[in-house]
Amino acid sequence: MEKTWFIERPYPHEKDISSCGVIGMINTDGRRVSGRPLRDAMANMHDRGNGLGGGFAAYGIYPGWHDHYCLHVMYEDQGRVSSVEAFLYSKFRVDHVEEIRVAPSRKIRTHPYFRRYFITSPSADELEADGVMADAVMEINQADNGAFVISSGKDMGVFKGVGFPEDIYDFFRLEQYEACIWTAHNRFPTNTPGWWGGAHPFSLLDWSIVHNGEISSYGINKRYLEMFGYVCTLQTDTEVVAYLLDLLVRRHGLSFEQAAAVLAPPLWKDIDAMPAPKRQEYTKMRMIYGSAALNGPFAFLLAYSGGLIGLNDRVKLRPLVVARKDATWYMSSEESAIRVIAPDVDELFAPPAGKPFIITLERTAASAELAAG
Amino acid sequence: MDNPVEEQIEPWVIDAGGMHYRTLNAKIREFAAQGVRRFVLNNVRGQRYICAGLSEGIALDVFGTPGEDLGVFMAGPSITVHGNAQNAVGNTMSDGRILVGGLAGDVIGYAMRGGRIYVRDDVGYRVGIHMKGYADREPTIVVGGTAGDFLGEYMAGGCLVVLGATTDRDRPIVGDHCAAGMHGGRMYLRGRPGLDRLGKEVEVFPLDDQDISRLVPILHDFCQAFDVQLDVFDFSQYCKILPVSTRPYGRLYTY
Repeated sequence: MEKTWFIERPYPHEKDISSCGVIGMINTDGRRVSGRPLRDAMANMHDRGNGLGGGFAAYGIYPGWHDHYCLHVMYEDQGRVSSVEAFLYSKFRVDHVEEIRVAPSRKIRTHPYFRRYFITSPSADELEADGVMADAVMEINQADNGAFVISSGKDMGVFKGVGFPEDIYDFFRLEQYEACIWTAHNRFPTNTPGWWGGAHPFSLLDWSIVHNGEISSYGINKRYLEMFGYVCTLQTDTEVVAYLLDLLVRRHGLSFEQAAAVLAPPLWKDIDAMPAPKRQEYTKMRMIYGSAALNGPFAFLLAYSGGLIGLNDRVKLRPLVVARKDATWYMSSEESAIRVIAPDVDELFAPPAGKPFIITLERTAASAELAAG
Repeated sequence: MDNPVEEQIEPWVIDAGGMHYRTLNAKIREFAAQGVRRFVLNNVRGQRYICAGLSEGIALDVFGTPGEDLGVFMAGPSITVHGNAQNAVGNTMSDGRILVGGLAGDVIGYAMRGGRIYVRDDVGYRVGIHMKGYADREPTIVVGGTAGDFLGEYMAGGCLVVLGATTDRDRPIVGDHCAAGMHGGRMYLRGRPGLDRLGKEVEVFPLDDQDISRLVPILHDFCQAFDVQLDVFDFSQYCKILPVSTRPYGRLYTY
């Protein structure tokens, strides 16, 4: 049988680089919509990729199972299912299993086998449940089982593979899903194999990330993450960002602003110019999280169930444009891609480098206010 | 119009909607070679390299959002974008004119060596880096709004003007690392950036009469190009940034 991915991993993990096109959209009123516009926008940015990776993340797609973790698992072939399922059944209450049905075409002929598992939360304590689930994902991804968990959040999922994003959209028949947050990616791998697991988005629990750029600090970040139980198995630099977010925001309780200041730390001269309390805070973060800082050019879109965040490296070495039309925000590598799906936007600008541009769902903002009040 | 003629009255209209950039650019080249002098490109959506390397004195009106490297390496065309432009506008261009009637992205006028780029509103990062001039070649970039970090980095020649007049967003007139490594050319800013934002190789000067007589026609041209009245003729508001060493790295390899 023809190999659909590089399971023997002939490439060293030390320097893994990619460079690409990204777009995301969020309906702040929580309205769930088709991902078709993102497919069209991606088709417009076709030339930013080279057919070796495309993918989508969608939030709000499983309303019937919104309190269940949904694992999207990619198998080298159908024969690899049993050991992973034995593991899952021994550890969790799996309430529903189904094949993720795909539509192979002339453009995407060889492909892995996909299943999704809806799993009852293993603990009433959310943090503990997330921890158990994250550990399980790491265990499956590390094992020599021909399987990788490509997403593991609630009411969300990642669909990705080797192909142009518009073809990946058709392959996964994404027409049938509706989401309030979509992100998409078009890959142009430069230093690592274009394989199914290496396509974006990268995702763990609620987090997903699409990335245009290169993370030259990958080696440091990867070893740092290993101290906290995260193991990089997908051979692409961007993987570290999903795990860093999980570590910084979910486990260490940092705000998104603080997490962004860890990933894209302000220059020392800018820290020195800050007022005293802020200067101390940022100095501490640079000292504590030095190994979590990302070096190299990047434009990221980070999505989670409550919002969408755009972040550039601090000297803006990759493009990122933001636009709003009514209650819908778009973040994209290129303005033209936004214009394809929203010709008459209400506002459009390029956010400043190194500062997170955060758009949250209204219900989240309201509940955050309640919590704070 | 199937037979374009020398004395063209009506512009040649191309509907670029859904057209790949290679097709679009091939059409422009083909018709320009046949003598078409005026083009209207409608529904442009991110097509790259428009007018790449063209030296014909053609004029193009671009409706929509042109893609990366608009006017790259060009040496003659006059491009008017009715809207925003993306990144690397006028990359290494040596003659001609590009008007952007809105925002432009990063790396505008990279290594530009002649011609003019006018952007009505804000521009992004690294605008006018590596610009260079020679003899009567003086590349000129005028920005009506504000500019991001690294404006004129490694600038070696030409003229960069930032007016801070067309947008009222809460942003300083230029970003950080302005004129870093600059060793030629001149930069005029309507406003005064903090010294901590400037490169170490430059100093800030007030404008002299020669500067003013140089700027006045440029500013009139800018206002006329976008058909706007701008209150930008009080030259006491301006500063001039010049390199104070012409060979800052002359001793770099001497040890």
